[in-house]
Amino acid sequence: MSQDVDHYLTTDGLDSDREKMIGQTIGYRYDVNLVPDMSHCTEYLTEYMAKMNWKDLNWLEDVHMGYEEDRAAVFDRNINGWVTIPDNIELPDNQQDRDMIARELLLKFQMSANHPMVELRAAYAKF
Amino acid sequence: MATVSTSGQSHDMGLHTEKLTNRTQQRFFDAGESANFTYAWAPEVDTNKVGTLDCEGMDPTAINIRIRELMDEGCGTINLSNPGSMHALCVGILNRLQLNVTGSLGYFGCGLIDGPNVNISGRVGWSCGENMMAGTIVIEKNAGSTFGAAIRGGDLVCRGDVGSRTGIDQKGGTIIVGGKTGAFTGFMMQRGRMIILGDAGMNLGDSMYDGTIYVGGKIEGLGVDAIPADLNDLDRKWLKSKLDLYGMETPNGIDNMQKIVAGKQLWNYDNLEPSEKKLVL
Repeated sequence: MSQDVDHYLTTDGLDSDREKMIGQTIGYRYDVNLVPDMSHCTEYLTEYMAKMNWKDLNWLEDVHMGYEEDRAAVFDRNINGWVTIPDNIELPDNQQDRDMIARELLLKFQMSANHPMVELRAAYAKF
Repeated sequence: MATVSTSGQSHDMGLHTEKLTNRTQQRFFDAGESANFTYAWAPEVDTNKVGTLDCEGMDPTAINIRIRELMDEGCGTINLSNPGSMHALCVGILNRLQLNVTGSLGYFGCGLIDGPNVNISGRVGWSCGENMMAGTIVIEKNAGSTFGAAIRGGDLVCRGDVGSRTGIDQKGGTIIVGGKTGAFTGFMMQRGRMIILGDAGMNLGDSMYDGTIYVGGKIEGLGVDAIPADLNDLDRKWLKSKLDLYGMETPNGIDNMQKIVAGKQLWNYDNLEPSEKKLVL
């Protein structure tokens, strides 16, 4: 996916004739195949990898900054929904740095005591 | 059973509003909120504290419960012996853990795990690592069919050969096969990466929606909508780094690996005209 990093923020993303006809985008709105460049890794993520005894980002390799309803967002598989990036976070001009921000924020959100999974687990977990 | 209130607590949980629109759940991120690296409910474990578990005479349910009890006692390393190829062992572990299995597992071993690092000295049956979320699984010998079915994250490594339909419905993560893989590998793959160091059977990547398959050996045949693509520098760098992690090498060198991706002709298949559907298939 070699297009402007802000493509889905500055346009409606309806690029092909078929997308224009049905009024929605087809496929992912970010490059799911983009592998991480570890030279962009943040300190927090490095600490996380050490804690988990992983030498790379492991499951976070599949986390990218995406776009939902014209805003930057990251998909949280544990709630099956998009979590919007706050407006006060400045977005870097390249996808690798954006992905690292998305990974860090998602991680903090998922491990937080405020994450919805905490309540759902208390209500429904069988073990 | 505890209940989940639909009002009052929603804002505490990070919701702007209780009325959600479509798929979007608008939530607040607070970058300084937490420095946790494990789930809020996960017990704190010490990797230097070692627990042992001899499975002889135990049933799978008792074994899985005992693994949780050991984690609750603070064991960060568990050495499990005599698994006897039982099915559904070591499943649903949602915490960081070093789990060393001496022996072989049956069907659905290590399914639904989220975080642990597992090493298995023997073989595994069908669907090892099914729905795996995070962590690593390394199998020293061979694996059965549907290896890593619907895997969502983490590294799933088999140093030997695997059966057919490897990574069926893969939704993320990395599957690494040291040897050969059977027919329909990557069938209906949606995203994630697969590295096959040996040969791949017929219909590789059949009906794949997205994702990437790297093959070091020969490909018997590509499936519907799977097409070759060019390796780029980031691919090479990532492949080297990933293979080095597990001490694995591709027989013909990384530069000679084949990269397979989705042709994306099947996207929005339902809305294709009948003549277009014929062309794709």
